[in-house]
Amino acid sequence: MTMFKSLEELHNRLVKKEISCVELTRSFIDHIDSVDSQVKAFLTVTADSALIKAAEVDKKIAGGESLGPLEGLPMAMKDNMCTEGIPTTCGSRILENFNPPYDAAVTERLKAAGAVLLGKLNMDEFAMGSSTENSGYHPTANPWDLESVPGGSSGGSAACVAAREVPFALGSDTGGSIRQPAAFCGVVGLKPTYGAVSRYGLVAFASSLDQIGPLTTNVRDNALVLNAIAGHDPKDSTSVPFVKPDYTQFLENNVKGLKIGIPDEYFASGLNSDVAEVIQKAIRTFESLGAEIERCSLPHTEFAMPAYYIIAPAECSSNLARYDGVRYGYRAEADDMIEMFKKTREKGFGQEVKRRIMLGTYALSSGYYDAYYLKAQKVRTLIKQDFDRAFEKYDVLLSPTAPTTAYKIGEKSDPLAMYMGDVYTIPVNLAGLPAISVPAGFVDGMPVGMQLISKHFEEGTLYKAAYAFEQNTAYHHQAPALLKEVR
Amino acid sequence: MKLSREEVEHVALLARLQLSEEEVELYTEQLNSILGYAEMLQKLNTDQVSPTAHAVQLVNILREDEVRPSMSRDKILMNAPDEEDGFFRVPKIV
Repeated sequence: MTMFKSLEELHNRLVKKEISCVELTRSFIDHIDSVDSQVKAFLTVTADSALIKAAEVDKKIAGGESLGPLEGLPMAMKDNMCTEGIPTTCGSRILENFNPPYDAAVTERLKAAGAVLLGKLNMDEFAMGSSTENSGYHPTANPWDLESVPGGSSGGSAACVAAREVPFALGSDTGGSIRQPAAFCGVVGLKPTYGAVSRYGLVAFASSLDQIGPLTTNVRDNALVLNAIAGHDPKDSTSVPFVKPDYTQFLENNVKGLKIGIPDEYFASGLNSDVAEVIQKAIRTFESLGAEIERCSLPHTEFAMPAYYIIAPAECSSNLARYDGVRYGYRAEADDMIEMFKKTREKGFGQEVKRRIMLGTYALSSGYYDAYYLKAQKVRTLIKQDFDRAFEKYDVLLSPTAPTTAYKIGEKSDPLAMYMGDVYTIPVNLAGLPAISVPAGFVDGMPVGMQLISKHFEEGTLYKAAYAFEQNTAYHHQAPALLKEVR
Repeated sequence: MKLSREEVEHVALLARLQLSEEEVELYTEQLNSILGYAEMLQKLNTDQVSPTAHAVQLVNILREDEVRPSMSRDKILMNAPDEEDGFFRVPKIV
């Protein structure tokens, strides 16, 4: 089943009884067994519970009951979303033995939709990183080149979809953590509008930026998964009550008259010239399909990175204060409380997490709050206003997702150099906008992603543009050589 | 603004992080590099700009003040590194 075309195809095969749900589930588990020793996308594989769930779906089919679009279909989740009774580590040693006593809202919704959870996916510790090298367990490899990073922090989610270990996965995006790995691994990744998908049960990193979203092999599948997970949740006070459309209704092969803005600042120095050429070709594709293309400016773009690297660590330092070894997680033994906290956090957290906690604690400390945190939040307003002005004129903004293709594992050791990989995705999180990364071509055999950005709650417009592009290109049909070897 | 070694040690105490000598050195250098980069924010005049804490407009919504079942004590304690008689056990404080 590793070369399935779409969720719809898998659904139809179940409905027509060409394959049972247990057989389908087992085929994906077998595939995980054969490739994951190389890709290392999974932290936990839940084969036993998946087969039990699959047998329940088979009973429904045998009883003549109709199936929902995701019912009986395998999936996996980033390991920062709570799954009752199934380990949720957040890629950190500090949560190594943590079994959540409750389900995240997205877990509940996917369970209600009948999807079959195959396991939990590797990630940069507490979602801090751009390569999935910062996991407390092991790095994940890019299925297109096992010596390269899959991107991060949802590297496990992107890699497992690219390697067809599951047809869809959930990731979370704080500064680009769905879109950048989607670009590096050649899959479709959507970061929804802030507040469109409940964050209840998502282990918090930077609460005003974090958002859960789907990673899939094609645009239609992405819309189907968003249908299942989006919508208001009273248990999340930042969840927005909005009328959720059926996102698949936007999938039409027509972008005539769609106004697309190309921000100059996203094509400035730092962008790899081969990646730029791929994106220029994508722009010409849209043009040939009748979209109206125009250059535009988002003048405060260069300030997004420094603002983000004050705001995100500040929020992280507050959120991660809860890991003290008292109620859950790892505890280091000591004779007094302060020593216990300090040693627990020393042993439990990795370097990137400690660096960001230190940075955030400093930025929020007395005397520096105004100079750093408040200043960054004001700059955030200017960045948001840039987008507001652009969307008075354009339906969609188009850019590269990342300035380069995937780099080699271990290649980037300087944190600032690593942070630059998110330069095109971070402004979107600061403004709370939806954005999607879709496969747009290849450079030296490695995938390149194109980012499309739209107004708040205009995911439908993104799907419309992305779907039309996909229907007129063939990049999403290509799969890593790894799959040809295992077939 | 340049962070000294002593300030880094103080911030580590505030954050309840025990750092090794090497880490203090490493973070002093890296934090100065990142904060130096963040200095560019000062180039912008933001005197008349309001801060954005949340990008999407929200108003507080309060639920009805009604009694609901809460999570059981067993569930709450199931991940405790150390527990005794239904309590989280920690080193002696006083």
